[in-house]
Amino acid sequence: MSLNRLWAYANPKKFIETTDRVLPAIWGLAAICLVAGLVWGFFFTPEDYRQGATVKIIYLHVPAALMAINAWLMMLVASLIWIVRRHHVSALAARAAAPVGMVMTLIALATGAIWGQPMWGTWWAWDPRLTSFLILFLFYLGYIALWEAIENDDTAADLTSILCLVGSVFALLSRYAVNFWNQGLHQGASLSLDKEENVADVFYYPLLVAIAGFVLLFVALVLLRTQTEIRARRMRALAARERMG
Amino acid sequence: MPDLGKYADTVLSAYAVSLLLIAVLVLLSIRRARKMKAQLEEFERKAKRHG
Repeated sequence: MSLNRLWAYANPKKFIETTDRVLPAIWGLAAICLVAGLVWGFFFTPEDYRQGATVKIIYLHVPAALMAINAWLMMLVASLIWIVRRHHVSALAARAAAPVGMVMTLIALATGAIWGQPMWGTWWAWDPRLTSFLILFLFYLGYIALWEAIENDDTAADLTSILCLVGSVFALLSRYAVNFWNQGLHQGASLSLDKEENVADVFYYPLLVAIAGFVLLFVALVLLRTQTEIRARRMRALAARERMG
Repeated sequence: MPDLGKYADTVLSAYAVSLLLIAVLVLLSIRRARKMKAQLEEFERKAKRHG
């Protein structure tokens, strides 16, 4: 697909028409992968010799943590497109993704704390990865609040784009914190391009299916919520036009 | 149901919290999408009627 064809989706009408066609399939695939990954992981995988049954939490924790970081990176790309090309759909897509990313971050933090209590003996530690994830969560809250606080859509898109650029440092830090600092409780990545570093195959394959489910769920939610933001923006524009007579 | 041993509460609470958060997010997103679509259609209908 040439870049010019891609920009056609910056047209709100075209975006809604196209996403209306593909959304049912994405919802369906998301449900299939999520159910398959979680059922496989929960019911049909053994206990880990060190972690016992708590290993089953990785099917939620790892995909949620991945999506928490990648949602912010998606918002970064959409924000950059807004800054450079002034396409409203991209700014609205970033706005639409923020609550989804925030919930993913919350799931990662909550499941991490629940897992940490029996494994580390504490719900929380000021470990580099945990702390950077907490800061990322606060950035999500700030980003959402900033959109809500500013009435003018373009000004809100400009300011939130700048906030997104700043927050990207913490999104990347969340991803690589365990590599930068050796101290801290959090173990290394569960998934890696280096197969030696991955979790054992028996956990790895259901984890991949669960990750696919989370990615598809994220895509479905962001497309749906972007449609909603486009309609809300049109409502505001029509209402303003009506007020002006 | 698999035997989760002494970690049953830990595992089940992690699943309960996560699935609840996902369900709330999905339901609120769908509800707001439907509401906004209906509101905009109504608004545009009215605007057309009033010229």
